[in-house]
Amino acid sequence: MSSLFSKDFWTRNETLVAGVIILFCVIATLSDPLFLSVTTLSDLLRASIVIGILAVGAMLVLVSGGIDVSFTAIAVFAMYAASVIALAIWPGMPWPLIFAISVCIGAALGAINGLFIAVFGLPTLIVTLGTLSVFRGFLLTFVGSQRISDLPPAMRDFSRGVIARGTTEAGSFYSFPWALAALLAVIVLTWFILHKTMLGRSIYAIGGSLESARRLGINVKATQFFVYVYVGALAGLAGIIHGSVGRMADPFSLVGLELSVIAAVVLGGARLIGGYGTLTGTLLGVALIVIVQNSLIVVGIPTTWQSVTIGLLILIGTGVPAYRAKRAAAHAG
Amino acid sequence: MSDVSPHAFIDLAGITKRYAGVTALDGVDFTVNHGEAVCLAGENGSGKSTLIKIISGVEQATEGEVRIGGNLHSVLNPRISAAAGVMVIFQDFSLFPNLTVYENIAFSTQLTGHKRLFDRSQARKVAQAAIDRIGVKLDIDKRVEDLPVAHKQLVAICRALASKARLIIMDEPTTALTEKEVKALLGIIRLLKEEGVAVIFVSHKLAEVLEVSEKVVVLRNGKKVAEGPASEFDTQSLTRHMTGRDVPEARPSPVIADAKTLMSVRDLAKNGSFENINFELMSGEVLGITGLLGSGRTSLAKALFGLVAPDKGSITVDGNAVPIGDPVAASHARIGYVPEDRLTEGLFLSQSIVRNVAIGRLDEHTSAAGFLNMNGLVAEAAEWLQRLKVKAPDIEAPVQSLSGGNQQRVALARWLSRTPRVLILNGPSVGVDVGSKADIHDIIRDLAKEGIGVIIISDDLPELLATCHRILVMRDGKITDELAGGVATEEKLARSLAS
Repeated sequence: MSSLFSKDFWTRNETLVAGVIILFCVIATLSDPLFLSVTTLSDLLRASIVIGILAVGAMLVLVSGGIDVSFTAIAVFAMYAASVIALAIWPGMPWPLIFAISVCIGAALGAINGLFIAVFGLPTLIVTLGTLSVFRGFLLTFVGSQRISDLPPAMRDFSRGVIARGTTEAGSFYSFPWALAALLAVIVLTWFILHKTMLGRSIYAIGGSLESARRLGINVKATQFFVYVYVGALAGLAGIIHGSVGRMADPFSLVGLELSVIAAVVLGGARLIGGYGTLTGTLLGVALIVIVQNSLIVVGIPTTWQSVTIGLLILIGTGVPAYRAKRAAAHAG
Repeated sequence: MSDVSPHAFIDLAGITKRYAGVTALDGVDFTVNHGEAVCLAGENGSGKSTLIKIISGVEQATEGEVRIGGNLHSVLNPRISAAAGVMVIFQDFSLFPNLTVYENIAFSTQLTGHKRLFDRSQARKVAQAAIDRIGVKLDIDKRVEDLPVAHKQLVAICRALASKARLIIMDEPTTALTEKEVKALLGIIRLLKEEGVAVIFVSHKLAEVLEVSEKVVVLRNGKKVAEGPASEFDTQSLTRHMTGRDVPEARPSPVIADAKTLMSVRDLAKNGSFENINFELMSGEVLGITGLLGSGRTSLAKALFGLVAPDKGSITVDGNAVPIGDPVAASHARIGYVPEDRLTEGLFLSQSIVRNVAIGRLDEHTSAAGFLNMNGLVAEAAEWLQRLKVKAPDIEAPVQSLSGGNQQRVALARWLSRTPRVLILNGPSVGVDVGSKADIHDIIRDLAKEGIGVIIISDDLPELLATCHRILVMRDGKITDELAGGVATEEKLARSLAS
């Protein structure tokens, strides 16, 4: 680990993103003293749950040297299909079972990606662009295209469960739902896999150099297959949480979010060439994107500028380190 | 078998390997004892890589017996071979740039342990033990991408040791190292030998490793043509065995006395790369520019052709100023540039040989209406390929199917077809075998005789001495010395470089 005083610490993406977040909070508090409150925190955390779980999955794919754009389609497919199944066979189904169904559907769809990528060795972007379209089309054609607002009661119960709730002295309401625990669980599990298992180290190794990994005897196919199944499962989880919290199964939701998620991951320091990416960075990236999407108005920037701001952050956040590296390389010659 | 030594670690007898009608190896016997260093020499296509693939289990021999550690292996695969202690260090080292030193070293030991969990403290211990064994200083927490090349090589050696290597095969171990680093490497090799670890060097440049080797084996066209104690070989005899002919390196013929100034460079400078560069190039002269890595020689070479934009200074060819920092203008002034890394900068690898040559001449073969005259284009390209003796089965074959020497010739042919006045060659024989190298030097000398001014940027001192009339030495971005090619010696040049 790099210490606070090393040069490495100050040039990392994580530090840069954290700095931007702090700067934003300072400016926001100056223009609206109410910004710095438990209410804002609970709003932002609630908005981070789905995008956070998806981002952890997307980070894993980037680390392994691939890219996945199909996870939002998987998420919405798993969520909608699980809701339809629950309503059809047992409307009183408890929520853990509904969640399990959604996660399994997500994992199964992820396995389809894994099959094409790991077993047949096709390029990841092409495969997931294809499956994005296929999964979505399949959902709308064969499973259904109607919004379902009459969800199984257990899903509503899940969304009502809170860890803490209350009213601040200023009179604004806040709540921390149990869904936050799901995000936390995903983070802990992924941290354990990435840092404590040979599987996780192999994911980094494959992303660092595929050829070297093969020569060393790492089971490249199995590792890649795992990555896509795991990402699919996470997408299934994120999807069903999205449906439960929003209290509606909308087959048109989520898709389109994939670029924001990948943007968050890239802002956090994961590189598209593979091998680099941390959970800390990813979560910071998610925090920044969520803040920009929800609180831009506080500092006086119109919400229509959202995507411009996100775009600029990506350009600066990834452009500055890349430009520095290029300069260093030019001097070395 | 005649005299199978009971002590040999690797014992290959009568190995033959055929690929679809081509015989890559023909009845080769090859032994390596414990703690012995063997030089395996041969040109591209001589069969040395095939031999290594058979020992490391990547390829199966068509005929013959393979014994490792006394055990006969009728079936060999990379896992069996690695378990027996055969470790190959490839030229690119096969490391993970994004992982730390200790993880790179310990990765394979943790893999073979069939553990599911990654044991960080165990990995650090294994790595530190391997590093201590060869007595070097390496920060095990550093990322490999941040290490210099020589240290990356050490990491690769440590990884082999951590995996209980009994034999380390090193592919081109010295190409990327400076003289000092080569010396350090040789010290480590001696240490390993004392511990009973055997080493096979596979290389074009063998002179450097001869002093730590016991034995030399030379392959040519799949046959063993020479084997003997290393003390009986020197660079010349090795070259003779590898090529099957004497390749005497001629000195360049002198420049014509009344040669005109062809190119003149005045006060060329680029912040952070080079400064105060002044020189003149006569027509028919071969000028060498040398310097260690980071001396600015590569930036200067690129700047002369406009690929790097200098901050100030001027370049004139035949008295006419050439706009600086503009490769198109340089090309119009008939300056040619053959880059060092022909694979990424110079050639279109998947395109055919003839197209690679022809691309330089598209505008000359375009009719008034803007259509290409393909026949004329192909005929001209084919003529140049013949002149430079490019060995290719078919000029329509992709360039990547050629050997390094022939690829370099294709890159040269492209520029020569444009009849340049000044030709800049950056590392003209990097990754090229001995025989082709001498041929390329012949071509360079011939070009000079025709009146072309040639600039060679290289750190291969014998190459500079064999081709150049004058040699400029660069250090920290400045020209620090100028030597006349006719009287300079390798020692003198090396001293000037290091001083």
